[in-house]
Amino acid sequence: MSEDPPPAIAFRALNKRYGSVHAVRDVSLAIAQGAFVALVGASGSGKSTLLKTVNRLIEPSEGTVLVGGRDTRDYPLHALRRRIGYVFQSIGLFPHLSVAENIALGPRLAGARLAEGRVRELLDLVDLDHAVAGRMPAALSGGQRQRVGVARALAGEARLLIMDEPFGALDPVTRDALGERVRELHDRLGLTTLMVTHDMAEALLLADRVLVMDAGRIVADETPRGLLAGAGGPAAQDLVEVPRRQARRLAEIG
Amino acid sequence: MDAFLAALFALGDALTAHVLLSAAAITAGILTALPLAVWASRNETVARVSLGFASLVQTIPALALLALFFPVLLSLRAVFGEGLPTLGFLPALLALALYALLPILRNAVTAQANLDAGVIEAADGMGMTFAQRLRLVEAPLAAPYIMAGIRTAAVWTIGAATLATTIGQKSLGDPIFAGLQTQNWALVLAGCVASAGLALFADLLLGMVERGFRERRKILWLGGIVAAILGIAAAFVVQFGGQRDDAVVIGAKTFSEQYILARLIGHRLERAGFAVEYRDGLGSAVAHSAAASGAVDVYVDYTGTIWANQMKRTDNPGREAMYEGIVQWERETGGPRMLGRLGFENAYGFAMRQDRARELGVASLADLARVAPRLTMGGDPEFFERPEWTGVRDEYGLRFADLRTFAPTFMYNALRSGEADVISAYTSDGRIAADNLVILSDPEGTLPGYDAVLMLSPEAAGNERLTAALRPLLGSISVEAMRAANYAVDREEDKLGFDAAARQLAGE
Repeated sequence: MSEDPPPAIAFRALNKRYGSVHAVRDVSLAIAQGAFVALVGASGSGKSTLLKTVNRLIEPSEGTVLVGGRDTRDYPLHALRRRIGYVFQSIGLFPHLSVAENIALGPRLAGARLAEGRVRELLDLVDLDHAVAGRMPAALSGGQRQRVGVARALAGEARLLIMDEPFGALDPVTRDALGERVRELHDRLGLTTLMVTHDMAEALLLADRVLVMDAGRIVADETPRGLLAGAGGPAAQDLVEVPRRQARRLAEIG
Repeated sequence: MDAFLAALFALGDALTAHVLLSAAAITAGILTALPLAVWASRNETVARVSLGFASLVQTIPALALLALFFPVLLSLRAVFGEGLPTLGFLPALLALALYALLPILRNAVTAQANLDAGVIEAADGMGMTFAQRLRLVEAPLAAPYIMAGIRTAAVWTIGAATLATTIGQKSLGDPIFAGLQTQNWALVLAGCVASAGLALFADLLLGMVERGFRERRKILWLGGIVAAILGIAAAFVVQFGGQRDDAVVIGAKTFSEQYILARLIGHRLERAGFAVEYRDGLGSAVAHSAAASGAVDVYVDYTGTIWANQMKRTDNPGREAMYEGIVQWERETGGPRMLGRLGFENAYGFAMRQDRARELGVASLADLARVAPRLTMGGDPEFFERPEWTGVRDEYGLRFADLRTFAPTFMYNALRSGEADVISAYTSDGRIAADNLVILSDPEGTLPGYDAVLMLSPEAAGNERLTAALRPLLGSISVEAMRAANYAVDREEDKLGFDAAARQLAGE
């Protein structure tokens, strides 16, 4: 019998408190390698806090996080972060560096020099024209910037991608296109992806597995199909009801 | 115009000293401010305390800050030994560096506080170490703001460095202070133009660097930095290229007589084969301590000044007893040695315009007390703090309507224009005769004697060749001769320079 690979991410009895606020309560779950998991919840539900314990931008109050079967505290902090691609809503492109320099910075930190062809390859992955390589971030549109953000997260050949509301600030058309693109990359590169979003429709359309968070707890852990079939309990169903109602109303109009 | 140009072109030494002092102070300011700013960006308390301290320093007048370093360094000698300089370059550097701290620190801290939070999150998220984040992200993004702070600091420092003259550091303040003393406006103007020009030039270069950082144009910022470094290096070469450190240093306080006597001494020593250097514009206490420490080798002081200021005596035992008392006291306390009297007295006297004195019927201090409540008294900046003033005031019961402080030269103008009715004049001043002034008599003998005496550092006093060269000056200067020499440089028309006046005084 072959040994199962360890889960890409595992939370064990994880708690995070900010003074009297209990942001994450007793979360224990595992995310298998190759999964695309969406973490959905309203603002303040604790989903971003949970996500950021993975690359230790936030340290938990209690419990452990394992990445690749190993406690995140056993990694040198920088080594841990360098093996995790991180994409977030405000993108954080370095305004003093060109697009190519932004993308190449991660490998440069580790002492590697990115071949020029590799930058073009990464730009291709996120559907960007090679001409943007020499531009400064300020000269790009919001959608282009987040595409660069994704390319930058992938430059270090990370196998684990964590995303915090990655498409939250984009217009609906760009948002849809980039979401699909990321899902394609996930499949093609064999990534494990954990994405925080407040948009249930996005979660249902992109993920294999949807976690719903409410007041710091995981209240549902279902497949998109299961959620649409009514599983997951009332908090999850309230969230699913939104796109469902929208779809009905659109159908009535059309 | 010719006098102005001549004065301007004679500023080479002062200019190079000014450039080096300012550059050193700004560099020290940068080296202190930047690590502090990095620390402050990680620690709220450090940010508050360091910015608070820098702002507090900024509220101290530059002149006072410079002066304050003298006692500070003096007390630090307990730690660092007697070799620690208390005057000249070191205290000027420290005070100006403190002054330069605020704008650099404030801009650096503000720049870091205003960095886009997303950029910092990205830097951390991608696994930058502390040093990588600082070098690759924070420093380049904060650079234009920090550069703007350095620019401000440079302009302030270059301006404030003119005040370093008062603590014995050569700077572009030398011509300004000397010119103010003697109402030689060409000299003042030359000093101001040179220091303003230097400030503008530094601002231009640093502005270029700032723009280079902002627009990410390497040629601009690199060019600016290289030009600034070349300028400083040139000043360094000029300053230290042909320096002789065996020169006899002659000190002078902030008034014309002191400048003239310093030249008189200098000419004598040069003829005797010594190289000489002048430290002009020293504060009174500063000059005395400088001679005690050997920072200055020779200067002229006045018995009454030492008696009251250094010995803190308020009694008045008479001229001879005072002289003997000082000789003994200096020997006991390791102060400068007194070689002897020059022959004249430059005492404080209460002077009035002759017409005004006659009109009010005032001939003595006792008469003055009667009309004082209607009059304004003008004094030099230290006069109203001195025991002579409190002594006379209490002895005669002087109560003036108003007390005003003037730079010595302006005191006489104030008397002429009627802004002051009585001033604390100096008895050797040339303007007493020239302005038709009367010195009020002192029937109670309250005002102490002020014999001009030649003071030597303990080391210089042991140099027989030096003392032999100076000895002929003792007893050789009458008060009339001194008045004439003072007037020659202080008068409005046909002024003599200090060198010329010194030659005239020497009878050449």
